[in-house]
Amino acid sequence: MIKFAPTDKKDTRSGFGVGLHELGKQNQNVVALCADLTGSLKMDAFKKDFPERFFQTGIAEANMMGIAAGLTIGGKIPFTGTFANFSTGRVYDQIRQSIAYSGKNVKICASHAGLTLGEDGATHQILEDIGMMKMLPGMTVIVPCDYNQTKDATIALGQHQGPAYLRFGRPVWPIFTAGRPFVIGLADTLIAGKDVSIFACGHMVWQAIEAESMLAEKGISAEVINIHTIKPLDVESVLASIQKTGCAVTCEEHQINGGLGDSIAQVLSRFHPAPLEMVAVNDSFGESGKPTDLLKKYGLSPANITAAAEKVLKRKK
Amino acid sequence: MVYNCQSGHPGGSLGCTEFFVALYFHILKHNPSFTMDGKGEDLFFLSNGHISPVWYSTLARAGYFDIKELTTFRQLNSRLQGHPATHEHLPGIRIASGSLGQGLSVAIGAALAKKLNNDSQLVYVLMGDGEQQEGQVWEASMYAAHNKVDNLIASIDYNGQQIDGPVDQILSLKNLRAKWEAFGWIVVESNGNNLEELISTLEKAKSLAKNGKPVLNLMTTVMGNGVDFMMGSHKWHGVAPNEEECKKAMAQLEETIGDF
Repeated sequence: MIKFAPTDKKDTRSGFGVGLHELGKQNQNVVALCADLTGSLKMDAFKKDFPERFFQTGIAEANMMGIAAGLTIGGKIPFTGTFANFSTGRVYDQIRQSIAYSGKNVKICASHAGLTLGEDGATHQILEDIGMMKMLPGMTVIVPCDYNQTKDATIALGQHQGPAYLRFGRPVWPIFTAGRPFVIGLADTLIAGKDVSIFACGHMVWQAIEAESMLAEKGISAEVINIHTIKPLDVESVLASIQKTGCAVTCEEHQINGGLGDSIAQVLSRFHPAPLEMVAVNDSFGESGKPTDLLKKYGLSPANITAAAEKVLKRKK
Repeated sequence: MVYNCQSGHPGGSLGCTEFFVALYFHILKHNPSFTMDGKGEDLFFLSNGHISPVWYSTLARAGYFDIKELTTFRQLNSRLQGHPATHEHLPGIRIASGSLGQGLSVAIGAALAKKLNNDSQLVYVLMGDGEQQEGQVWEASMYAAHNKVDNLIASIDYNGQQIDGPVDQILSLKNLRAKWEAFGWIVVESNGNNLEELISTLEKAKSLAKNGKPVLNLMTTVMGNGVDFMMGSHKWHGVAPNEEECKKAMAQLEETIGDF
């Protein structure tokens, strides 16, 4: 039986839109920038109610990142909005020099990340962004799991100092975090277990919850932990879980290289060596299709997580 | 400075000396007891960060930090990084630059923040001419004109040289004035190595500001100005002089006291 009954279903990007609007009401210094994707990013409400604090940059993302960096000089808190592909790969050097190295308080908000972007295909389905962003010194990287958490994370970023990357997506997805507090950098143990730790982020947290019920039917007790903050990683919670279970599976809508799995592997190998399996895209580009069909084809379904858990359990001594 | 560490960019620095003197000692309302936000002050951004030597020299003489610190340029543990950075908290620097094409965008952001804060001071930015080959410059140019960012005065160091040779041979800018005007800017021209003319052109640029359009000062300069064997040659873009060359150069330049 699935332990979390979804209260509703919504897209995470709508959580961002609502959170941003809320922040706009709370703090006069919050400003928003968008590169011709206001509707897709759900930034319309902010634009309508705070037009003097909304900057439409046109299809010019490099300029948008530079303007955002400049706006911090004068005390503004800029939130940039575009697709994850154009928020990272297209503007990596601008983020590196003008934002990260310069220590600017810019919040890079990225929608349509990963395979679940769907029909637009691989040109837009970025699967390398977590890796790129977490490598930048001082960059906070957050990948919330549902509408609620994306809203909470957006609002939390209003109080956070320093550059941050917030990654969310397009598909309508189960909402299951009602009443769960969100704190940047603190992992959230959703289901306690003793045989295997499942660390997941973003849309894959729901996949992990479904996998847990499949494992429970087979008599395997899985612990499901939502690692919404990839950086700084909650090393303490990761180690506490692995000390209990002795093996782990990571789940992410990202390349196997450079993402959450890599971060967890680093912690395990340095502090508590233990078998680890990674559920991620295996060094390949995506393609057009429906979100759930894509997750299945690229090995990111609950069944894949269940199989990885069974495999890693066999490796446990 | 460049001789001392045997690395850096003397050519563009010498060509822009008059610009920095005009800016920091005649044009800018600024405060050497530096704050990052610079509220109530004019702000300056250097987009072509490789001419850091002339900027650091100017900031030191304007009272931002001790002139003696100039000898640490490009050395380990220095606040005077090869290219300007905020990371070591050097007073006067508000953004890292060096990777070209980014400064105008940052200046636009700072100018927009000034408008939101009802701060009537201006924002200045300097770019290189070779830098005009970067696409981001034109994204920013288009944005500033479309959005009437008119509290912004940009300058271009138009020395006609870049690392691999003359700009006209590498990738010609053709009619740069016409390009900026077509993008919607007011363009003024100046001889960047004539201090009096430069000051009056920048004063004119100030008077043209806040009229609905951003202003560009297209400033013709000579790379390596003041040192006969460096003048007008791309070969001195990023090469340090040896001891003999340094002595020869210093003998040709007045007012070089303090760096060594």
